[in-house]
Amino acid sequence: MRSKRIKEMPLHLMLLPGAILVLIYCYGPMFGIIMAFQNFKPAFGFFRSEWVGIGNFSYIVDLPSTFQVLYNTVYIALMKIVAGLVVPIAIAILLNEIGKTFIKRSIQTLIYLPHFLSWIILGGILIDVLSPSSGIVNRVLEGIGLPSVYFLGDNRWFPFTVVITDLWKEFGFATIVYLAALTSINPNLYEAAIVDGANRWKQTWHITLPGMMPIIVLLTTLSLGSILNAGFDQIFNMYSPQVYESGDIIDTFVYRLGLVDAQFGPATAVGLFKSIVSLAFISVSYLLAYRLANYRIF
Amino acid sequence: MRAYLDSRKVFQTANYTFLIGISLLCILPFIHVLAISLSSKTAAAAGSVLFWPVGFTFKSYDYVLSKPEFLDALLITVQRVGLGTLINMFLTILIAYPLAKEVRDFKYRTAYAWYFVLTILFSGGLIPTYMIVNKTYLMDTIWALIIPGAVPVFNVILLLNFFRGLPRELEEASFVDGAGYWTVLWRILVPLSAPALATIVLFTIVGHWNSWFDGLIFMNRPENYPLQSYLQTVIIQQDLMRVASQNLDKLAEVSERTSKAAQIFMGALPILLVYPFLQKYFIKGIVLGSVKE
Repeated sequence: MRSKRIKEMPLHLMLLPGAILVLIYCYGPMFGIIMAFQNFKPAFGFFRSEWVGIGNFSYIVDLPSTFQVLYNTVYIALMKIVAGLVVPIAIAILLNEIGKTFIKRSIQTLIYLPHFLSWIILGGILIDVLSPSSGIVNRVLEGIGLPSVYFLGDNRWFPFTVVITDLWKEFGFATIVYLAALTSINPNLYEAAIVDGANRWKQTWHITLPGMMPIIVLLTTLSLGSILNAGFDQIFNMYSPQVYESGDIIDTFVYRLGLVDAQFGPATAVGLFKSIVSLAFISVSYLLAYRLANYRIF
Repeated sequence: MRAYLDSRKVFQTANYTFLIGISLLCILPFIHVLAISLSSKTAAAAGSVLFWPVGFTFKSYDYVLSKPEFLDALLITVQRVGLGTLINMFLTILIAYPLAKEVRDFKYRTAYAWYFVLTILFSGGLIPTYMIVNKTYLMDTIWALIIPGAVPVFNVILLLNFFRGLPRELEEASFVDGAGYWTVLWRILVPLSAPALATIVLFTIVGHWNSWFDGLIFMNRPENYPLQSYLQTVIIQQDLMRVASQNLDKLAEVSERTSKAAQIFMGALPILLVYPFLQKYFIKGIVLGSVKE
């Protein structure tokens, strides 16, 4: 027994550096959550700041913008989840119908591309392209006789602009997994269906979609965990004060409250709320993924 | 049968057109911005630039490359990518190996696994993380961009799943030959994991190159910003103070729009260059990590 313990020593040593870093930079901030229950003043630190119980939470609930922010977050995140499921599945099925390997490859290469660029680069491009005065999109709209739209400055348009541009960035990458699922479908099934007289539509409906179902169920359940993640990187780089009403989400709200206005206590309280709700959703979605799709993390 | 073939043809034509259209939508904005960056200031302002430069000139690139802030930020990013990728990969490999063991071979495996995985499920959030980085004296150093994210738990999971797919007999045979864990890991498992490691390395490089928020909040002084954080301030926040700082003679020949376009393109260039090469790896790598039998 003792020799077994000594034998495992090198494994503990391998884990040590990573475990220490995680302790400081991941578990350390979890300890910092006590700020959510304090009137935190950096000069006093964690130990001498005044305790306010749930004071920060009631302060947040009383802010007029809080519920709008929560609504925006869930609304944008839900639209992103739905669009991010439907479109890649459809594109994967359509892409699978393309017989010429070279064209298929080229299309794939082009649609994956935006995924690899930061929201700074894409934000810069989109701000230019969607600009109401000089942007190419509005010039095209005017060219075909439609009114020009201030996509990034109009509260009616902003949430949809966010969802569509996020879809533009990510759909190509998401199709990879569905394409992989398609290639793993047994070709004998299609041959049998053709013998039985099924056309392409029927084949898609009765073989392709059911064949993809496990991975669709898996990714749908896993995406539930991101219900409060409407995309900080994107919105932070695309919004402006005139669209706070429709575009301000929890993460951008926490940023402004905490790092711009230095209201550490309330900002941490909002962050804690988000973490707890997210944890609940992620746990439920992992449990569902395990039950429905037999998925395990490792 | 004839009708079937006809409708098939119609579908194929529509499908090709649609998908090619979609892929053009993904690439045309980049070409448009590239064309603007290579156009003259007057043509860009007149809005006559579509997908081909009008009044072709390199002036905006000349201006951007003469700005010391841009070059400093680029240098910081290059350091960050180099150091950060090395540290990330070293720790990923070192953590994935023990966690890939079975409980009978490593008793505390599950406890450690949960210790690491918990950090992706729950986090302290923005403000406490900022405080810890501040408290550990990383502010305004390059380490603020590397150390807090030094353990990429997602990549650890990807790699440990890959390790688990390798035949156990290899490891057992090496133990019989007198090799220790360390030797087995670096001499046998790591070389065998080249495809998985290549994927993770490329994602790590892209991740470090693209990240901007940590630079923005952990650097008090703008001269310590990495490239993407610097670009955030000049392209997104439209900080005119910085644009007007120097090189007024060169600035006269470019507009805000053309110089922004040039900086956007240069911020994306390394990714555009490595992208064709990483493609063939990441498709395999992603599928390996995400779809398990």
